[in-house]
Amino acid sequence: MTYIPISPKERDAMLETVGVKKLDDLFDSVPAKHRFPTLNLPPAITEMEAAAELGELATANESTKDLISFLGAGMYNHYIPSVVDHILRRGEFYTAYTPYQPEISQGTLQGIFEYQSLMSTLTGMEVSNASHYDGATAAAESINLAWAVFRGKRTKVVISPTVHPQYREVIRTYTQGMDLEMAGDNAEADLETGPEALTELVDENTMLVIVQYPDFFGRIYDYTKLTELAHEKGALVCVVANPTALAMFKTPADMDADIVVGEGQPLGIPMWYGGPSLGFFTTRKKYVHKMAGRLVGETVDSRGQKAYVLTLTAREQHIKRERATSNICTNQGLLALASAVYLSLVGKKGLRQVAESCYHKAHYAAEQLSKLPGMGLCFSEPYFHEFALCVGQPVSEVNEHLLNHGFIGGYDLGKDYPALKDHMLVAVTEMNTKEEIDAFVQVLAEVAHD
Amino acid sequence: MTDTSTKLSADFILNGEPKVVEPTIFDLSSPGRTGVSFPEPDVPRSELPNSMLRDDLPLPELAEVDVVRHYMHLSTFNYSVDSGFYPLGSCTMKYNPKINEDTCRLPGFLFTHPLQPIETVQGNLALMYTLQEWLKEISGFAGMTLQPAAGAHGEFTGVLIMRAYHKSRGDDKRVKMLIPDSAHGTNPASAGMMGLKVVQIPSDERGNVDIEALKAECDDTVLGLMLTNPNTLGLFDENVEEVTRIVHDCGGLVYGDGANLNALLGIVKPGDLGIDVMHFNLHKTFAVPHGGGGPGSGPVGVAAHLADFLPAPLVGILEEGDDELAPLFGFVFPEKSIGRMKAFHGHFGGGLVRAFTYIAMHGPDGLRQVSEYAVLNANYLQARLRDTYKIPFDRICMHEFVAEGRFKDTDVKALDISKRLMDYGFHPPTNYFPLIVHEALMIEPTETENKDTLDAFADTLIKIAEEAKTDPDLLHNAPHTTKFGRMDEVKAARELVLCCWLPEDYEDQ
Repeated sequence: MTYIPISPKERDAMLETVGVKKLDDLFDSVPAKHRFPTLNLPPAITEMEAAAELGELATANESTKDLISFLGAGMYNHYIPSVVDHILRRGEFYTAYTPYQPEISQGTLQGIFEYQSLMSTLTGMEVSNASHYDGATAAAESINLAWAVFRGKRTKVVISPTVHPQYREVIRTYTQGMDLEMAGDNAEADLETGPEALTELVDENTMLVIVQYPDFFGRIYDYTKLTELAHEKGALVCVVANPTALAMFKTPADMDADIVVGEGQPLGIPMWYGGPSLGFFTTRKKYVHKMAGRLVGETVDSRGQKAYVLTLTAREQHIKRERATSNICTNQGLLALASAVYLSLVGKKGLRQVAESCYHKAHYAAEQLSKLPGMGLCFSEPYFHEFALCVGQPVSEVNEHLLNHGFIGGYDLGKDYPALKDHMLVAVTEMNTKEEIDAFVQVLAEVAHD
Repeated sequence: MTDTSTKLSADFILNGEPKVVEPTIFDLSSPGRTGVSFPEPDVPRSELPNSMLRDDLPLPELAEVDVVRHYMHLSTFNYSVDSGFYPLGSCTMKYNPKINEDTCRLPGFLFTHPLQPIETVQGNLALMYTLQEWLKEISGFAGMTLQPAAGAHGEFTGVLIMRAYHKSRGDDKRVKMLIPDSAHGTNPASAGMMGLKVVQIPSDERGNVDIEALKAECDDTVLGLMLTNPNTLGLFDENVEEVTRIVHDCGGLVYGDGANLNALLGIVKPGDLGIDVMHFNLHKTFAVPHGGGGPGSGPVGVAAHLADFLPAPLVGILEEGDDELAPLFGFVFPEKSIGRMKAFHGHFGGGLVRAFTYIAMHGPDGLRQVSEYAVLNANYLQARLRDTYKIPFDRICMHEFVAEGRFKDTDVKALDISKRLMDYGFHPPTNYFPLIVHEALMIEPTETENKDTLDAFADTLIKIAEEAKTDPDLLHNAPHTTKFGRMDEVKAARELVLCCWLPEDYEDQ
């Protein structure tokens, strides 16, 4: 079926107005030998059949509703209050375009303005843009900002090896054409040493240092010293932060970071097999002209009413073309709204409650797991809701055992870090009950041995 | 004409204070309110690392009903496809079928983690594999990645692939990207992100790429050409095969901007025309809703010689199935991959599931009808407006066309016409684009509008043309009947208020 609301009679009348006899005649400018190819696709199905077919595909998966998950590594299983999706399902929001006509887009514009405000509050930074595709691309865009700040005169980027491996991959892809010197992005690096080890790599040519908070292994470091040393060399510091963690831990702004980016999925967005999610990007006001992406600013309309518009658009591709700060156009608008609704609902108390719940549950799980023979925590630093657990045997085998008992085990760290062979990254959120944690420990106990 | 809605608010006149139509979520906050509660942790509490704790989290505090009413109020300030005609050129604002909203929210899709073992997500992987195959068939390409998040992200992916292809052949001197003057702004911006030299190619008098100008720029430093076809004038390039041949002859590759693919489903496969690489906008052509600015989804298709360079990973069949057993789907890694474009696997839920549903329900004939009627609707509107508005490149158009929003003997501009359209309940067309047309009004009706709507829109534009002559101020000051009037954009950029906070005396309330 199609969604075309034109009857054959109307079609014929329209063709006559256009001055052609049949629909095919509209396509004479298309080379005849390639015109009207056969599309080898399955025949159309009705809505009823589509609902059934998609239902079958969805149930062919085993989701976190079927299995108990201790998997995180950049995407987290959090509770999403019912209100969030009720708002997202408003056609007025989800079937609108980018708010280029502010008179009839104030809903979207004020929503983004509130999102920017909430993200600035959460990160402690002065300005937020209207979003990037995800945490990884937001991290990559921090390099574009630093490049613009130094006008290309500094060409070195220092990246901590404990930034999410996929984020580092994306950064490598994004910077292929930029002729940069990348330092620190080394899976063989010593993962025990703290962030200060990175400062040895920071020199007068360094434009940006990128670290993660909590880092990929869940560890909480105070980056104050690092930013101080980086600033002494004139470099900027970008912190890739987990937004849930920011509800309870010092903000990167407290540590004097220049850019704070991250993955906003924990803020009311489903895991959705990895996307779409939400890249947030915040920085200091003095860098706002170098920042990519859309920005909403407050103003008044011709009737003296407070209102909002897209502003500083001269930075963007549709005006500046090849000299734009980025080519970004479509962003994650609706999911920025989702996180604004989420943050408004959970508020200052609720978000702290979620964060602390994650913290306590993760620590309880870690404590129980490290009692098992041959198992133990890999690092001794404070951590948030994720930790590296040595399981003393191949993680793939342990995870297979867990799956047979209805659990999704943790992330296999050996894939990215040779030194962490037989180590699993375990994530625990407010969604995991004590009962689930105890059962998880018990199943792991079956395979644990010295 | 007098219209009370255009009057300045009393507060603004008396105190210079703007009138607040809907307070922000921070203004609505009241200490001690909660919107949602969470259970207390059911595990023993651990010690917190005190030196690392945050002392203040000044987020708003509201009850659930406060939040719902606030965002419901905001929603009523928006114009949307669900509420009316949205002929925004090059944006393909077609109707977004409601079933797609349900399929993309099936729990099996919503609650799967991207790093789960592949055995537990065979439904997701089968969907992705099938969609890759379908998009290849629709576009005539040999390889497909679903990873890019949006059109511009797809363009960036495509340009990286083109560059990697040349580099792999030891051909390092190709630094020039040719881009027709009618291109979307994202094209030069994507090339700019790679540090490439952008060379603009003019259009000829029929709106095609100027062949002689193209030939003059084609040499062994050309990395490629970025071609939008149909172009942003809404015209199918009549020499497209010659254009791609000329670029190939100098060793360059041709990038196709798939933003305008809604004109070509079942009409022609871009891969058959000599395009080497192209992005799709699932949020345009395949009815993924635009979400007030995103998320989109921008898969990229490539011809066989570029397949090894696609981003990693792709979805492939790891073990063939048979009559009894389904195949095992998993991830495969192209040999010379440019790398990863984003974390995880692309916009699976919001993009791929919706587009899959849409294609499955259309089938080959339905997709062809989509393009046929998108093109019919655009030509019908063009025909109805031709006598009133100048059509600078006047021939049979594809899914959109560009008219000039200016008239003799009046200073009314395209923007004024657009704003006046709002008074009649229509969303304006795209303004001031493409750049090669004066006072451009770029109109794309899409196939999901009926004749009555198109007639009403054409009648209104004809009426506005009359108003432009008889009462130009009516247009200059438009819109009059909307909730908000024209914006002070200079103030926004000068004062740069980009966020709000809780009031300073918040805790004393």
